[in-house]
Amino acid sequence: MALELIVFLPLIAAIIAGLGGRWIGKTASKVVTTGALFVGALLSWPIFFQYIFGSAQPAVVHVMTWINSGTLTVDWALRVDSLTAVMLVVVTTVSSLVHLYSWGYMEEDPSQPRFFAYLSLFSFAMLMLVTADTLVQMFFGWEGVGLASYLLIGFWYHKPSANAAALKAFVVNRIGDFGFSLGIFGTFLVFGTVSIPSILHAAPGMAGSTIHFAGMQVGTMTLLCLLLFVGAMGKSAQLPLHTWLPDAMEGPTPVSALIHAATMVTAGVFMVCRLSPMFETSPTASHVVTWVGAITCFFAATVGCAQNDIKRVIAYSTCSQLGYMFFAAGVGAYGAAMFHLFTHAFFKALLFLAAGSVIHAMHHEQDMRYYGALRKEIPITFWVMIIGTLAITGVGLDVPGVGGIGFAGFWSKDAIIDESWVGGSVAGTVAYWLGVIAALMTSFYSWRLIFLTFFGEPRWAASEHIQHAVHHVHESPDEEHGDSAHDAGLPPTGTAGYHPHESPLTMLIPICLLAVGAIFAGQLFHGIFIDAERAPEFWRGSIAFVRQLAIAAEQADFWVKFAPTIAWLLGLWIAWNNYIRRPEAATHFVQQFPAVYRFVSNKWYFDELYEVIFVRPALWLGRLFWKGGDEGTIDRFGPHGAAYAVGIGNRVTYRLQSGYLYSYALVMLLGLIGAATWAIWWAR
Amino acid sequence: MITLTHYLAVAATLFTIGVLGIFLNRRNVILMLMAIELILLAVNINLVAFSAYLGDLTGQVLAMFVLTVAAAEAAIGLAILVIFFRRRGSIAVDDVNRMRG
Repeated sequence: MALELIVFLPLIAAIIAGLGGRWIGKTASKVVTTGALFVGALLSWPIFFQYIFGSAQPAVVHVMTWINSGTLTVDWALRVDSLTAVMLVVVTTVSSLVHLYSWGYMEEDPSQPRFFAYLSLFSFAMLMLVTADTLVQMFFGWEGVGLASYLLIGFWYHKPSANAAALKAFVVNRIGDFGFSLGIFGTFLVFGTVSIPSILHAAPGMAGSTIHFAGMQVGTMTLLCLLLFVGAMGKSAQLPLHTWLPDAMEGPTPVSALIHAATMVTAGVFMVCRLSPMFETSPTASHVVTWVGAITCFFAATVGCAQNDIKRVIAYSTCSQLGYMFFAAGVGAYGAAMFHLFTHAFFKALLFLAAGSVIHAMHHEQDMRYYGALRKEIPITFWVMIIGTLAITGVGLDVPGVGGIGFAGFWSKDAIIDESWVGGSVAGTVAYWLGVIAALMTSFYSWRLIFLTFFGEPRWAASEHIQHAVHHVHESPDEEHGDSAHDAGLPPTGTAGYHPHESPLTMLIPICLLAVGAIFAGQLFHGIFIDAERAPEFWRGSIAFVRQLAIAAEQADFWVKFAPTIAWLLGLWIAWNNYIRRPEAATHFVQQFPAVYRFVSNKWYFDELYEVIFVRPALWLGRLFWKGGDEGTIDRFGPHGAAYAVGIGNRVTYRLQSGYLYSYALVMLLGLIGAATWAIWWAR
Repeated sequence: MITLTHYLAVAATLFTIGVLGIFLNRRNVILMLMAIELILLAVNINLVAFSAYLGDLTGQVLAMFVLTVAAAEAAIGLAILVIFFRRRGSIAVDDVNRMRG
């Protein structure tokens, strides 16, 4: 019963707030949706603890039959096992805290019932995804989060950029979803069922078989896994389908937190872990997963170093952390991947909500170049942001033989990096080095964010948003600040008489709770997620936990384990050196290597590349069909042609209608003569 | 000796005058009504002439009907004309073109 409540309460709340928000008012809508999620969170933690301490076994709750056609049988069934329990906790906890946070953040928004209804719908779709017992039901949740993310990214629909970002997220996800649906079709074709347990049971038997696809003989499991992985790439923003994620920043900040921490991008990682026995049967597919994850991890980290929008930095960091999760899954460290997903949910939600708090304090200025010296103005936000940064950069100390102590990211990220090294494959080794380098860059951009935002001199005066707040006047739109502070150069200092204000309690409480999670999530739960002895007991076969890998990781060389620590220290030093000790150093670097900076700050030109390869040809093709096919052929000879012919006929008959009596009489007479002639000569 | 041919010739002349009166007259609707009367009279002459020639009274009875109808038609036509004049202030044929397409 608890499971049904967890899954369906958000749906009911979304319906009430979405359809009835007009009548019950915004406060009631907020109470209903937030309450539903908090009840869900309160019910989820006991389930999670039952799997840790108790002896709860995987269970399936049958709700109703959905499709029954021939051999295809799809039920609405909620499956709960260790993996689902972890996801339930992540989704409901982060989502409920985001709901609460939105009370404060969206205080002044006129359409709050709509916003909260979307948030709850989002949570429902994700819960449906993680409790799926069949691939089709997972696809339902998969599309549900796609829809909800579209609605939420485009929540401020009066902003053209928000609409464009929402469309982009939807279209890019469509590509991934196409792969996913092909994967589901293929799975049904091969296994004759879409039930996940049956597929996973039958998967090892199919290893090594081949199938005819696109004119080639390919490994059955490789093909299926890669198709399904395409879906995961789209949803989890992996190269090359990552472009929607940074643009999704157009939505309100709580939405970003929800998308990045709990309800959307984690779906891909979850799916790979859920189907891990399938991926285990295909080394090729696993290698592809590793490569994609490692390259995304590295790529996104480099881009994150050169972004100036506070939310974009964190967005690319999400992309990068997802890369970690994927290469972990690729090398077989599914436990570590799920562990990083778990800890990442806490510190990434924390970072986003804290960033939202900064943005709130700075009157919707999102450009870090206009921040500075905020640590005394918004101390609570400052400290939780520090905690989030310590967690994401993986600060901790591992004493061999004694045990370790550290923030959440330390445990999960180091586990991933260690396990990718001990896996021994080429892809794993490459992933290890890319992961370490990405850890260095993670540290750099995270501390850069902290230093630019909270330290140094205040640089608020040049910000347009701050000037609005101070003067309450509307600047002319051509004085965009985008160009005035070019590249990495910092704008002039000054406060413009503005006083940032700390956020209200409804925003601070969720952040502080998440901060607790970001500190302790790794320390408390690392045993059950990745420990070679305890983890198999916890997972109970819900993921393919490779025990040898975990054992090997624990006995990895000292330098392998120590490299991430060096990486974060180095990243911290570089950031400190460039932004605190010598603030002009970053500008100097940019001036020395302009090409590198341009390449990275333009996100490796992926958007431009897609513009040329896909968007323009698509527009050209669309224009061809529109102008040539529709207007030029169908309309021209169809409706327009008929109308034109009628017009010509009209012009002829129009001339006959002179309106003069005598011309009508003449016609009558001519007719009469004609009729008489006919009667006399031919019709005798 | 006045033969049937003479009567028919007169009737044909009158008919032609009437038809031409309809077409060539551009000035006055009353003239047009009169031209129609002429056409009807031409037909009447034909009817009566053939009636006398064939010794059959039917033609003359028919001529009486035509006269009656012509009288009614003239009355209605003139009434319409009066109303028309009141509304438009003109009964020139060239002005009567409101049915123009």
